[in-house]
Amino acid sequence: MPNCKTVVPYAGTKEQEDRLRKVITQHKGQPGATMPVLQAAQEIFGYLPEEVQIMIAEGLDIPLTEVYGVASFYAQFTLNPKGKYRISVCLGTACYVKGASDVLAAVERHLKVAPGSITPDGKFSLDACRCIGACGLAPVMMINNDVYGRLTPDKVADILDKYE
Amino acid sequence: MEQKMVNLKINNIPVTVPEGTCVLEAARNAGIKIPSLCYLKGINEIGACRICVVEVKGAKSLVASCVYPVSEGMEVFTNTEKVRKSRQLTLELILSNHRMDCLTCARNAHCELRELAAELGIDAVRYANDELLPRIEDSADHLIRDNSKCVLCRRCTAVCRKTQEVGVIGPNDRGFATHIGCAFDRDLNEVDCVSCGQCIVACPTGALSEKDDTGRVWAALNDPAKHVVVGAAPAVRVTLGECFDMPFGTNVEGKMNAALRRLGFDKVFDVENAADFTIMEEGTEFLNRLQNGGTLPLITSCSPGWIRYCEQHYPDMLSHLSSCKSPQQMFGSLVKSYYAETAGIDPKDIVVVTVMPCTAKKYEAKREEQRLANGCMPVDISITTRELARMIQHAGILFDHLPDEEVDPMLGLATGAAVIFGTTGGVMEAALRTVVEKVTNGAMKPLEFKEVRGLTGIKEASYDLPGKTVHVAVASGLASAKKVLDGIKDGTMKYDFVEIMACPGGCINGGGQPLHSSEVLSFTDVRGLRAAALYKQDENMPIRRSHENPVVKKVYAEYLGEPGGHKAHELLHCTYIAHPKYHFKKN
Repeated sequence: MPNCKTVVPYAGTKEQEDRLRKVITQHKGQPGATMPVLQAAQEIFGYLPEEVQIMIAEGLDIPLTEVYGVASFYAQFTLNPKGKYRISVCLGTACYVKGASDVLAAVERHLKVAPGSITPDGKFSLDACRCIGACGLAPVMMINNDVYGRLTPDKVADILDKYE
Repeated sequence: MEQKMVNLKINNIPVTVPEGTCVLEAARNAGIKIPSLCYLKGINEIGACRICVVEVKGAKSLVASCVYPVSEGMEVFTNTEKVRKSRQLTLELILSNHRMDCLTCARNAHCELRELAAELGIDAVRYANDELLPRIEDSADHLIRDNSKCVLCRRCTAVCRKTQEVGVIGPNDRGFATHIGCAFDRDLNEVDCVSCGQCIVACPTGALSEKDDTGRVWAALNDPAKHVVVGAAPAVRVTLGECFDMPFGTNVEGKMNAALRRLGFDKVFDVENAADFTIMEEGTEFLNRLQNGGTLPLITSCSPGWIRYCEQHYPDMLSHLSSCKSPQQMFGSLVKSYYAETAGIDPKDIVVVTVMPCTAKKYEAKREEQRLANGCMPVDISITTRELARMIQHAGILFDHLPDEEVDPMLGLATGAAVIFGTTGGVMEAALRTVVEKVTNGAMKPLEFKEVRGLTGIKEASYDLPGKTVHVAVASGLASAKKVLDGIKDGTMKYDFVEIMACPGGCINGGGQPLHSSEVLSFTDVRGLRAAALYKQDENMPIRRSHENPVVKKVYAEYLGEPGGHKAHELLHCTYIAHPKYHFKKN
């Protein structure tokens, strides 16, 4: 089964690639180069698709697994761009005990998208997050800057349908 | 400069060891074993698993002895209640996320994790997760990964990254989700894995194992319509005995031949014989290039892991590769041509099985450019030393009771030159035995080229021949190979002939060889003992030069014609081509 973590196809421009190459040249051979280069790459491209990580591995002359290992370790790195609507389902302690994982599952089912990924049309990206400070409303999710509280799985579809 | 020595006490026993030694190693000097899991000396020293913890007087907490250096006056306690409890708890937690199907596991009786559980006295796993499902990745020809048995010790990734500098596997994701995999969790056959199998040898559990082809061998043996022929590589005879509790370096060639016959093979030949043909062809190729201004250095092509590495990482150096097939493939090619014709058997009815120290041979056997003009693939099934040991066990053959038997001579008879193919430097030495004699028209006939022996990653030597000094290099392990290749590319290293083997130490340390615990791998000279057994056999051989092998002479005279000639080329050579590193499947 093909396993592709990046849902949105790579569409980097030559200008973006040149910028990345410059950053790679600056850091090549230095210890701990992977992190700053990945950070710069994410700033340039908005996310870290396979093609960009391969460019980094080849450019720094390090194994691709090392690049991906770091990219998949830190929450700050994303393999997919964020959608027009960014959904964050809180899995912090309070939300979790109030059934947040069922809410998350309902979102996954409704949009057919996994946490950390994006719908192929680029509309919704889904992430699980930790405590947004609204424990009184648990379980909570945010869509861009809108907060939805006291959620149950059956409320999810109606909420998502509001976003075009 | 004299090394500074450090005095310490371990369990009140005074020990003196060189500065910089870790506590775990110092304890061994005092006759104390500290159990470990993630530790592999020189390869993986990361103190990650916390099994090897000890108490150090004055230290705030328990310390990981595999990375904790000794210091003057240090007092270490390895066997306190606190230490024992801590180790047990750690192992219980590791086991809580390990799928325990021990009875049916590929690793079964040889599992380091299971041994560790016995050693630490684990009698129950309080947090056992009985719902773990297999997580199998079996895309490659040579290997199966089941991450439900992985304990995240990172020994496989360390070997892949440091020893081989290929780095196709690594830890992905974070926390409880951490798992070993390829970049983007791609399948192994989508990335630049060279199939060397060193990760399997490093693995302490059943998470990594070779793809078992013994079922296919049994099926062939049970098929009366098939004529099943077998040949084993040189390095197998000095390691197979380890699977039957014999000491390292025991040469079991005679018993192995007897076992193969009892398993039901119709002919027991020897890949060593094909190694002599390899020398004839490769030696001729080298002389041609040397005398006619061909691309130098010539680099050997016996090791399929190395070939794949070259094709993927150094495609611009493919012209340096010898066009010779590997001995395994020459063996199959000769069986399905010369032997088939001589014995009057349709090659399509012949099943060629090889026993190899190597997992990459499984992949090599399937390579399309190896196919013969008669449509046959030279080798049908390639099994590892470990798989042969299992077949012998399954057949109820008491290995140590077996008599010593000879090979079937037709494609079995071999020389000492072929024997040493199994260790790093062996192909070079075997080639030099023939090449030097040919170049000097028999005036110089040295037998031993000790400069290219030994387990150092890179060995260099120069030999003065009439009109020309020949510079040679031998590299084993892909990290060493990389250094040599880069040196050749940038002009800092100048050679005429280079031998490269993918595995450190050569085939004796191949990815298909018997498995041992980190304790053995770290503190026993496994490679040295295995190699010594090959050199000993070579010394005792009546014929030690490939070109003096009577079978070789006969087959060239009656069938192949000249070494390097048309027919030899058609059967014993092939073309290697550039491959991209990544072949990602599309969504």
